Amino acid sequence: MTDPLISVSDLKVHFPVTEGVLITRQTGSVKAVDGVSFDVRKGETLSLVGESGCGKSTTALAVLRMVEPTAGSIHFDGENITTLDRNAMRPYRQRMQMVYQDPFSSLNPRMKVADIVGEPLRVHRPDQPRSDYRKRVRELLDVVGLLPDMADRYPHEFSGGQRQRIGIARALALQPDLLICDEAVSALDVSIQAQVINLLMTLQKEFNLTYLFISHDLSVVRHVSDRIAVMYLGQIVELKKRDDLFANPEHPYTRTLLNAVPVANPDLEARREQPLIIGEVPSVRNPPSGCRFHPRCPDVLPECRTTAPGVHGNVACHLYAPNDGATLPGRTSEGGS
Amino acid sequence: MSVLDINGLTVSFRTETGRVYAVNDTSLHVDPGETLAVVGESGSGKSVTALAILRLLGEAGRIDQGSIHLEGEDLTALSELEMTRIRGNRISMIFQEPMTSLNPVIQVGRQVAEPLVLHQGLTWAQGLERAHDLLAKVAIPDPGARIRENPHQLSGGMRQRAMIAMALACSPRLIIADEPTTALDVTVQAQILALLKDLTVETGAALILITHDLGVVARYADRVTVMYGGRIMETAKATNLYRDPRHPYTRGLMNSIPSLDGPVGAALSTIEGQPPDLAHPPPGCPFAPRCSQRQEQCEKQVPPLRRDGERDIACVRHD
Repeated sequence: MTDPLISVSDLKVHFPVTEGVLITRQTGSVKAVDGVSFDVRKGETLSLVGESGCGKSTTALAVLRMVEPTAGSIHFDGENITTLDRNAMRPYRQRMQMVYQDPFSSLNPRMKVADIVGEPLRVHRPDQPRSDYRKRVRELLDVVGLLPDMADRYPHEFSGGQRQRIGIARALALQPDLLICDEAVSALDVSIQAQVINLLMTLQKEFNLTYLFISHDLSVVRHVSDRIAVMYLGQIVELKKRDDLFANPEHPYTRTLLNAVPVANPDLEARREQPLIIGEVPSVRNPPSGCRFHPRCPDVLPECRTTAPGVHGNVACHLYAPNDGATLPGRTSEGGS
Repeated sequence: MSVLDINGLTVSFRTETGRVYAVNDTSLHVDPGETLAVVGESGSGKSVTALAILRLLGEAGRIDQGSIHLEGEDLTALSELEMTRIRGNRISMIFQEPMTSLNPVIQVGRQVAEPLVLHQGLTWAQGLERAHDLLAKVAIPDPGARIRENPHQLSGGMRQRAMIAMALACSPRLIIADEPTTALDVTVQAQILALLKDLTVETGAALILITHDLGVVARYADRVTVMYGGRIMETAKATNLYRDPRHPYTRGLMNSIPSLDGPVGAALSTIEGQPPDLAHPPPGCPFAPRCSQRQEQCEKQVPPLRRDGERDIACVRHD
């Protein structure tokens, strides 16, 4: 097993909720991320999956130190970067880059592709001569499957898939170790999405990249991940290897999620039990007591309402606590087999 | 008789650079109680087809050719006033964004009651009573309190349920749902689509489900129409289409989705290239420039949509 590139321990990100217009005071906090721990090993893809408000994007932003953690620690390649100041962060920022969701709003429409892709170089390698930038930009465009001659065009001249390639080229400019892909293929049409997924996987092998992949799309996640963390209302409920998660989902939320996703196969869908799903995701401002999933949980136990579950094996759930193993309810549905 | 029968529909829009043909020579039908999914990528013409049925093409759009029959009556021949009597009454539409398609300053109950007052001559008091029943029918908890709330007080899923209640108010014969769950979380999506499907089967209405999600299609559709570049490529029963996709585009599309059930392969198969620019469509089959099996005639001539047993297909290879 290789060393972790990223190690996140008991991370909390709380945003203050204020009231009042001129005289504001804090009346509460949104616990967007509330006690999240995971490692991302060198060269692997760890995915964070979950529905809106589960804290997957905030976790990624905290790893990049683009939002300040309230508590907990973040280690990058063995160094504690949780409290580093702007200057001390600079060398680390070069090593972690982000690919954003929306290829239309994440590229400056007034900049030529050469300047967009070259900007990280100008910022972080100011001593390089201009001709070197040009050469490097052309290389990068070639790497992501665009024509080097496209460097002098503007973003509006490109399709969604091509723009996402430009965003990837920009992220690769400084030869980072870590690429955070926040819903990087979600806005793309199916046939284009497949091209970009393949590109990301080829690049990972070629440059030995580590990916923190954030997505709500379980079929994409299944395709790209080594390990998967399922998040619900600011916490990780289950974290395990990709094949384990899909073959043997343990947390009731993971099972609910896998059952809810329709499979592109009508014969299989006809045989599948139609999912019984209770209610909707509650607001993070006011998360339920005890286990946060308990109001929607089909297997809820009395203690789930009052006590937050500990982590048992790969799952944060009272059902798997060693003492009440005998109360495990018989489960009829197998999710995502 | 089919609830809806579209024949040879062509729709174009006036733009600064000339006319753009968004839908070309499109024919489809939907039967009572049936769910027809229309799938395709952005710019395939699936939403424009829906808007053409409702004649909501705006100033710049027009229907150039073809007919749209609703239970035998040609909608393209109706006046604008006659169309207003059909929209929200015999045909209703559910949009993608429940946030922007509900009026933020009108109470939910009044919005659900409005079509009943407009089309069926109910008083507002009667309408609100029916709205209460409709909200209960779409499983909105505590409908008595909800009818007096404004949309922002409802969650995304509840708003979409309210939209469905509104769409069902006048017992429409045809419901068109354009990406009804794309903005919703997956656990809520499953609830909403199951509800919509049950209600169409129960009322015998026909449902056109416009989506880009081939999983949703597999779970909920009876038949599927695949559109690309403003044309229908293939229409078939859902089970037949997934078991045996015949059009090269359908096959490419099916192969490029990462699967949830099959083995995890190394690379996804892709369709090389980009979808056509509708302002400058290729002269022949819109898929020809990306098709691995194209022949010389594909680039010159548009293949007509041909019937083959239970399937419609537009491909020269399929004779």
